[in-house]
Amino acid sequence: MHWTINGQRYEAEPDIRTTLLDLAREHLGLTGSKKGCDHGQCGSCTMLVNGRRINSCLSLAVMHQDDEITTIEGLGQPDNLHPMQAAFVSHDGYQCGYCTPGQICSAVGMLDEVKKGFPSWVSDDLSSPSLNDQEIGERMSGNLCRCAAYPNIVDAIAEVAGLSEDQRQTSQKVSG
Amino acid sequence: MKPFSYAKADSPEAAIREVNTEHTRFIAGGTNLLDLMKLQVETPDKLVDISRLPLDEIEEREDGGLTIGALVPNSDLAADRRIIERYETLSRALLAGASGQLRNKASTGGNLLQRTRCYYFYDTASPCNKREPGTGCSAFGGLNRILAVIGTSEHCIATHPSDMAVAMRALDATIITLKRDGDKRRISIHDFYCLPGDTPHIENVLEPGELITHIELPAPVEGARQFYRKVRDRASYAFALVSIAGVVKVEDGRISHAALAFGGLAHMPWRNPDVEAALVGKAPTRDAFEAAADALLDGARGFGDNDFKIPLARRTLLATLRDVTGE
Repeated sequence: MHWTINGQRYEAEPDIRTTLLDLAREHLGLTGSKKGCDHGQCGSCTMLVNGRRINSCLSLAVMHQDDEITTIEGLGQPDNLHPMQAAFVSHDGYQCGYCTPGQICSAVGMLDEVKKGFPSWVSDDLSSPSLNDQEIGERMSGNLCRCAAYPNIVDAIAEVAGLSEDQRQTSQKVSG
Repeated sequence: MKPFSYAKADSPEAAIREVNTEHTRFIAGGTNLLDLMKLQVETPDKLVDISRLPLDEIEEREDGGLTIGALVPNSDLAADRRIIERYETLSRALLAGASGQLRNKASTGGNLLQRTRCYYFYDTASPCNKREPGTGCSAFGGLNRILAVIGTSEHCIATHPSDMAVAMRALDATIITLKRDGDKRRISIHDFYCLPGDTPHIENVLEPGELITHIELPAPVEGARQFYRKVRDRASYAFALVSIAGVVKVEDGRISHAALAFGGLAHMPWRNPDVEAALVGKAPTRDAFEAAADALLDGARGFGDNDFKIPLARRTLLATLRDVTGE
């Protein structure tokens, strides 16, 4: 089997049951993506597949051989951080750091969804959603942080999204 | 996870041809199936990968409705301009479910086939008639806060977990399938799901190896309001305790159209014509809303932890109807 991860081609012959997460961590030495719950509940395994964020723990590696996969290692390196990585550092968007690779991959995928006009549950107008702190919280709800660094995570994402303080505090009526 | 063999299909016809073992399962997004396979609740001996079939388009129908490919991801369906403009209840229901990551992967067809989140169904150390027919139901006298109060049986009180399917039921969706013999079949969503009865392991009318290819939505009701209201234990990323999808129209001070479907209450997305009959032709008053709630909850039964769902369903219905029929 073969994969394209972070622009590099890999070959391996793992068991057919291997998830994309276990492939990366156990077979290819890409240990940035983390295994938290292994059931799609915590988001620490989040990767970008063809630019879209997914739970790699709920994905079979064999099904993603023709995809462009990006892990935290592919977003940036210690001497050349992705803007989202730099923002997490400057806002202290973590404590223990275990959920951080998933948070960052998820945040990058999420901002791309906003750019494409994807609405969220808290969007008042589904046809033209705009980002604010409430939207960031809703859109990032698939990433848990046991250290509860949430306020700083939201700060980091809001900075990368270029939101002003006023924009961040715009509150919308939660539909229901 | 139990071992399985794997085949990748490049057409719906090829996919059904690959169904040739005792426990073949199709896999698309896999977000529910793989979760259950890890716990050995699902133990297929073969997976047929349908994730790359050309069933990912949303197409216009001549009647003003839409045909949705079974592989359209939940995120894309929720964000589609035509869905937002004509079927807001569906878009909102999709956005109420799961997380951004899961919605990116989960397919429209797969969402219809989600299994219950009953704790005992997931716990292979506990008896469960749905997982292992004839072993008993641990939810009776157990932790049943999230479980059903309508349409239950002595064998199973599980709920269907989907938000999307609730909206699909309010919208009178039709499910299009390809059967193993190559015939196409059209199944109204109203005939698709089964009550638990004494066969809770049978959740819908699909035959073995039958593949969902499309879901059709009829033209929307002109001038009606559409909504999805969801009550849950946390503000995001949680299954419904009670949810209501609806299409309601008020003309000249009277309700002229009402289609209401309910999540979190039953083994299937629930719809009861008596609820709608209690509203249509009536002025949108508290009395009419109470009559609709009486019809919904006639015969409802709690099992201890979930008793609260009966008054919660009533209040949620009253509040929702008040909101959508008011100015």
